[in-house]
Amino acid sequence: MAFRAGIVLFPGTNRERDIAIALAAANGGREPVIIWHKDTTLPPLDLVVLPGGFSHGDYLRCGAMAAQSPVMRAVRDFASAGGHVLGVCNGFQILTEAGLLPGALLRNAGLRFLAQDHHIRVESTDTIYSRGYVQGQSIRVILAHGDGNYAADEETLDRLEGEGRVVFRYSRRDGTVAPDANPNGSARAIAGICSENRRVLGLMPHPEDAVEALIGGEDGKPMFAGLAEALAA
Amino acid sequence: MKAIVTVMLKTGVLDPQGKAIGHALGTLGFSGIGEVRAGKVIEIELAETDAAKAQAAAEEMSRKLLANTVIESFKVEIA
Repeated sequence: MAFRAGIVLFPGTNRERDIAIALAAANGGREPVIIWHKDTTLPPLDLVVLPGGFSHGDYLRCGAMAAQSPVMRAVRDFASAGGHVLGVCNGFQILTEAGLLPGALLRNAGLRFLAQDHHIRVESTDTIYSRGYVQGQSIRVILAHGDGNYAADEETLDRLEGEGRVVFRYSRRDGTVAPDANPNGSARAIAGICSENRRVLGLMPHPEDAVEALIGGEDGKPMFAGLAEALAA
Repeated sequence: MKAIVTVMLKTGVLDPQGKAIGHALGTLGFSGIGEVRAGKVIEIELAETDAAKAQAAAEEMSRKLLANTVIESFKVEIA
């Protein structure tokens, strides 16, 4: 059984092909549908993905304009009905701006746009996105962002930690979390978090760009294999 | 009327841009530079003629879009 995935396209989105390739490869070649930001309804779907890019030119704040798009009302309804939503990079920024995930993504502490490989540690395998990994495993993924510095008040951070909603944390290759392995200054080295019902996940790194050994690694594959297994069941 | 909305990062939120500006000012030879914080100013022309109503409208705009109140604070002036 295949699952039905949809990718939302905003003006300025540029990673939709990457995520489509990763999803199709894990889904028996079935291509995800593309949803335009002006659409007000979603077709029947098992997963909505907000991909990376620079929606609306990052005007005002990254993701701020996209969060107000007509389609986001439908995505919000989909999420509150228990739908699965994955936001990668700009998609994570949009999810926080839309209030679907807590906190915000600030300018990288070093002010530089980061385009590099980095390791993240899998902190929780209790989501469809991370069930393909082993808890504590460090995986190599790709960073491509200027505003990935996760911020939230202490109370929110404590709640996220307490509820096991920090799913990925920046780490060294061996999985240790340390200030020198936190590339953008994120609070508690947070790279990805999930919603209370664990079905909405946002992360800054790009697992969809690590699905092919030829272009530098396959550590992103278990994410798509895992969610395919869960959604097709 | 015109609403002038000033959006700043909240106190306590790290402002790397402000830090970089402060550092550059020091490099240029300006002395006595303390903390520098960077924000943005948004000017909105409004058809509204009642200042209180314009203020209320601009505050709602700020909460809904212009500022992300998780990390930013805002101030509205009506001119």
